[in-house]
Amino acid sequence: MAISNIQLGLLDLSRTRLALAFVGLLAIAVPAHAEPQTMVIGYLGEQRKLPLPLGPLDEAVTDDGLQGARLGIADDAGTGRFLGQQFRLQERVLKPGEAPAEAVNAFAAAGISFVVADLDAAQLLQASAAPGAERMTLFNSRDPDDSLRQENCRRNVLHTVPSRAMLADALAQYLVWKGWQHWFLLTGPHPDDLAMAAAFRRAAARFGAQITIDKPWTFRPANGRADTGHVTLQTEIPAATQVGDYDVLVVADEADEFGAYLDGRTALPRTVAGTQGLVATGWSAVDEEWGATQLQDRFHKLAGRWMLPSDYAAWLAVRSVGEAATRLHSLDPTAIAKYLRSDDFLLAGFKGQGLSFRPWDGQMRQPILIAGPRLLVSSSPQPGFLHQRTPLDTLGIDLEESACKF
Amino acid sequence: MQILTTLLLVLVFGPPAAAETIYVSNEQDNTVAVVDGATMTLQAAIDVGRRPRGMALSVDKKTLFVAEGDDNRIDVVDLAKRQVVGQLPSGADPEFFVVHPDGKRLFVANENDNQVSVVDIAGAKIIGTVDVGVEPEGMAISADGRTVACTSETTSMVHLIDATALELIDNLLVDTRPRAAAFSVDGKQLWVSSEIRGTVTIFDTATRAQTGKIEFEVPGIRREGVQAVGIEMSRDGATAYVALGPANRVAEVDTKTFTVRRLYLVGQRPWHVALSGDQKQLISANGNSGDISFIDLENREVVKSLPVGRGPWGVVIGP
Repeated sequence: MAISNIQLGLLDLSRTRLALAFVGLLAIAVPAHAEPQTMVIGYLGEQRKLPLPLGPLDEAVTDDGLQGARLGIADDAGTGRFLGQQFRLQERVLKPGEAPAEAVNAFAAAGISFVVADLDAAQLLQASAAPGAERMTLFNSRDPDDSLRQENCRRNVLHTVPSRAMLADALAQYLVWKGWQHWFLLTGPHPDDLAMAAAFRRAAARFGAQITIDKPWTFRPANGRADTGHVTLQTEIPAATQVGDYDVLVVADEADEFGAYLDGRTALPRTVAGTQGLVATGWSAVDEEWGATQLQDRFHKLAGRWMLPSDYAAWLAVRSVGEAATRLHSLDPTAIAKYLRSDDFLLAGFKGQGLSFRPWDGQMRQPILIAGPRLLVSSSPQPGFLHQRTPLDTLGIDLEESACKF
Repeated sequence: MQILTTLLLVLVFGPPAAAETIYVSNEQDNTVAVVDGATMTLQAAIDVGRRPRGMALSVDKKTLFVAEGDDNRIDVVDLAKRQVVGQLPSGADPEFFVVHPDGKRLFVANENDNQVSVVDIAGAKIIGTVDVGVEPEGMAISADGRTVACTSETTSMVHLIDATALELIDNLLVDTRPRAAAFSVDGKQLWVSSEIRGTVTIFDTATRAQTGKIEFEVPGIRREGVQAVGIEMSRDGATAYVALGPANRVAEVDTKTFTVRRLYLVGQRPWHVALSGDQKQLISANGNSGDISFIDLENREVVKSLPVGRGPWGVVIGP
């Protein structure tokens, strides 16, 4: 395309006029003869063991992440059809234990430059090092692992899913804003739980909360769905939470094994927050603010279920490519990869303000939702938490503390 | 002769004093607040459907149409009775709409259906639809009634629609998440606000080329916090007023030079603004502080904040 090399934001007026006249021409001309260009975006997922459904309302979901990427393609096509740009998703789901290198290679052979990497950290690092990946941008839409933004950061990886540090900071700001500064931190046994607990400890120190009680969860994961299962829990949970006074119980249970049993059963009458109860999350089906109603409705129509955080992160990845293509009037992958990382990039993500990528570690800046089980409770950053660049950088690993070296 | 007499009366006595009424849609209260413009006091709250946002007066100014987003309809409010007297179909999730100058039709943006619906007012039925981009939002109609402009938020475009043939004339790319559209008084320009970029883009309606872009800088507020939403044009064509959302400001813009003359500090999150008939007062509907701000444009100051309900969104001034 003739104007593909134009750097938006540096346009002078006459060139803008030219570009827009060209756009108008295209919109009219497309149905007649112009041949639309196509951008193929890769989706690389992996089959996961389904978690045990905790309660009867829980639905098993096998296509989370993938459906978000599909909706992103549909939304990209919305603008694309007026600009002569088509978008297509090439989907590949790894079998359990399958290494990602071959899939990355196939994507590279197909000329794919942007891949939604819906992978766990180990797989993501393998994918980013696979031959062919050096010319790609992989979007981490799944793993919140802070090390992926720190010592394990990669030049060819951007992160649309929030890090654990961002989630913990968002929750901490809300709890401190509420004046709930004394926390009882209860941590599950798995490495992910320990990592989340570390993020909560870091957040408490940053925002002036105190972890007055810090305990591991040592009970076996109970199955509350057994007949009269509540009887066991009704004696077990008060025993497990029999501690000194605190304001709020912060739970780190990413595997969802015990956290949901806490609310309404603690020894002291206290709110439960963290991975269950009041949760900090990149996305929640309860959100309908900032125009989110329309996104939720579109997603539900497409997928037949609610939009999950992994769907939203995948949607953000695909929309980022589409937004860059719109602003550049071009599908040139080199230009798009550069523009994504530039100061001018701003994505509308139904969170009330533009989203962009941090240049120091590739993490997408974004407000974090504080959600209850049925309704949105708040959104962080909270008022009063200031930052010299943007309040969004009060969440997560900031430039000055970054250990990332590309 | 009658026109001449009226003109003379106006010249001699000046325009009638502000015996005007301000109507504000409260999207969280499901009401339309009625405010007396002269005394700046709240007179009544009219119960309407769920999540009222966009509003417009009928051509004879006796009726107020109110879009009810969560009820998928438009309520018809009799302003003398101050109550809902009828309903019009609107298509799904109506947010903003315009009344055609012929007084017979409404053009409604259906945010959830990616289309614009045309509603026949007398027959209370939808007589046509036009497919547009994803999440249509802002609506404007040219004074000659020929062209309808519709913004689509996720597509980042303004769509120009032939109001008679109901066909797309053109689709113009604008900045991210466009909200409002407004034609200049002479019809030669189309102004489109962008929420995420915090800009207003101006197009020449004849050539459809971009002729200007306005950026708003608010001291002490980062660019994410400056978002352009509602636009109101002064009748003399010299000034445009732009609500800046979370920046809690309304900008006064010179329409010749596209420069910002001044910023007015209003309540929290102004969505839309409207001018009084005598053009001396500007009212902003402030979504987060639940009030409206009265701006005295002669003395260039905000003179009053009046609580009107929860979630003020649209504002319309009538007799």
